[in-house]
Amino acid sequence: MDLSSFLLQQFVNAIFLGSIYALIALGYTMVYGIIELINFAHGELFTAGAFIGVIVLTALQQMGWVETHFVLTMIIVFGMAMAYVAVLGVALEHVAYKPLRTSSRLAALLSALGMSIFLSNGMMLSQGVSDRAYPQVFGYDAIEIMGARITNGQIFIILLAFALMIGLQLFVHRTRLGKAMRATAQNKTMARILGIDIDQTIRITFMIGPALGAAAGVMVGLHYGAVRFDMGFIFMIKAFAAAILGGIGSIPGAMIGGLIIGGIEVFWAAFLPSAWKDVTTFTVLILVLYLRPSGLLGEGTTEVRV
Amino acid sequence: MVRQELKKIVVYTIFLTILLIPMLGFKTPTFQPGRVFKTLGVFVAILILNFIVKLIRSRRKTGEVQKTPLTERVGVWINQFPKIYTLGGLIALAAIFPLFANNYMIDVGITCLIYVCLGLGLNIVVGMCGLLDLGYIAFYAVGAYTYSLLNLTFGLSFWAALPIGVVLGMAVGCIIGYPTLKMRGDYLAIVTLGFGEIVRLVLNNWDTLTAGPNGLFGMKRPVLYYPSFEESGFTWATYYLKSLPALYYCIFIIAILVIIGVRRLDNSRIGRAWIAIREDEVAAELSGVPTTWIKLLAYALGAAFASVAGAFFAAKLSYTNPNFFLFMESCIVLSIVVLGGIGSIPGIIVAAFALIAAPEIFRELEAYRMLAFGAIMTTMMILKPEGLIPASRRRHELHEANVKKPTE
Repeated sequence: MDLSSFLLQQFVNAIFLGSIYALIALGYTMVYGIIELINFAHGELFTAGAFIGVIVLTALQQMGWVETHFVLTMIIVFGMAMAYVAVLGVALEHVAYKPLRTSSRLAALLSALGMSIFLSNGMMLSQGVSDRAYPQVFGYDAIEIMGARITNGQIFIILLAFALMIGLQLFVHRTRLGKAMRATAQNKTMARILGIDIDQTIRITFMIGPALGAAAGVMVGLHYGAVRFDMGFIFMIKAFAAAILGGIGSIPGAMIGGLIIGGIEVFWAAFLPSAWKDVTTFTVLILVLYLRPSGLLGEGTTEVRV
Repeated sequence: MVRQELKKIVVYTIFLTILLIPMLGFKTPTFQPGRVFKTLGVFVAILILNFIVKLIRSRRKTGEVQKTPLTERVGVWINQFPKIYTLGGLIALAAIFPLFANNYMIDVGITCLIYVCLGLGLNIVVGMCGLLDLGYIAFYAVGAYTYSLLNLTFGLSFWAALPIGVVLGMAVGCIIGYPTLKMRGDYLAIVTLGFGEIVRLVLNNWDTLTAGPNGLFGMKRPVLYYPSFEESGFTWATYYLKSLPALYYCIFIIAILVIIGVRRLDNSRIGRAWIAIREDEVAAELSGVPTTWIKLLAYALGAAFASVAGAFFAAKLSYTNPNFFLFMESCIVLSIVVLGGIGSIPGIIVAAFALIAAPEIFRELEAYRMLAFGAIMTTMMILKPEGLIPASRRRHELHEANVKKPTE
């Protein structure tokens, strides 16, 4: 393999990983935009999505649907995982965020952290400590472009991730609910005066954000072939770095940030010692927060919030 | 009201059923209803119990003066004795503890006291200065590794390595503190979390220095020097604190010194400056508090206490490896601070014993420990954000904040 095809291969991997980070980062950005709180339990919601994915997919595989109705299977797997996590997100909001909406930030943060610990250990107890294997549904077929191999699974995941992101962008900018969300994010009091149901809007945000995370969880499971109760932690930090890098609160920012973080990680692992790639991501996160806390596409108001 | 509460129970039960069936029922591809219904039963029992308690309370509330909470009544009861007696009694009890306890109990006691030091150190950063630090365990790791490396390479004794460890811990504290000076709240939490992970990953990956995931072993225990007079003349004899009671007394003295130190800090000019920063940084700056230095000092001192605890931990086990310093460990220390009452010294001591010793007593429930920590953290924040034994200052603030702030 010569250098150009090697670079192209890494580029494809970067887009693949980046689009997954972007999907998770969108969940952070949406929740932060609307209640100005980091959803610490987002990583666990992502893992929960991956677990539901593996449960549903295993059941469907036993019924033989993967071979006969492939598209329908995928719709059911992603749909069930996203629906479940949406319900979990609403429950989480009701239990851990709603009672603390008016109290101090430290209290709300600690409450979210508590829920994150609770969920991750709940999943450990219910699904076991060891890896849970994902059925390999894509096989090893790949297409070659200029020497770079792209598997069918990667193409499917990249396309789905971008479709979800575009769908979200359309939802936020073209629908009534999306408008209500943007209004609530800008000014809660004013939005309420104008007749927007704030509780309802927040609840919907807590459904959509985690549901995107759940989709990312299923994608990670499909690609890497296994899920584990604590895999949410590392993805959480990286997606958070992506959200910050793009400018928290900004949806296109989260997408760009995800792609950049994915790129940094993949290219670091390709050329430099890969054991240190996580250190690099954390360093990037800290540097961004130090040098430009409002991010690349940030609104510029973040500095006041920080 | 009853109808509303009943409706709530039904809705919650439906939600719980939806959430629990896939997670609990499908650990294997076949459905296991037993697991689901057991857990569902527990949750529904809690809901119904909560409903009954509410019902009784609402019946009783009419015309009756609300009782003071139990912890407060206990506090009043303790306060009627002169303070010196209660303190002296507790210290005496802790001091004679190894005489009647078996080795296992002493070991648990040592762990509790290590966590008391950690909790009090984190309390400086989180409780007094109001900076949420999620990477606190990194300083514990710095202390442990500093002692291990100094002892293994240069043969330095525990007491000689301790000040170096403290200085290094403070330096790392400042390194972490400096870039985060501008941040507050959730940004700070994530950055400190990232720093904590960086420290752990560096320890894990830097094979030539730290032996990577295998860890370091063979460190000497803390040593005592005492004069001995022999025929050849006067020499210093050494005594290694190998037995558990000896180690217990060592950490006991360290813990007492830490408690005295934190108490003095709390009442000092610096302590008041920290609280001023926690309440309103701009106002503090305008009132002449050098916020940059005072915040760095909070990180440095918090790190110093953790570093002492870490050095002792490494010396006691004679072994250390990066997996002792996971994010979960930071969460345990944080839950000690939160449960005990943010900013409250006696609260943190009680919480350290409750959270570390209780799982040891109920050994079979060990697996549920972190689950309970998480649930306790959220519940405390919702119901009683001031903690078990609230610091008096803190209690007033929190309740005032709840009343004053308009709903958004």
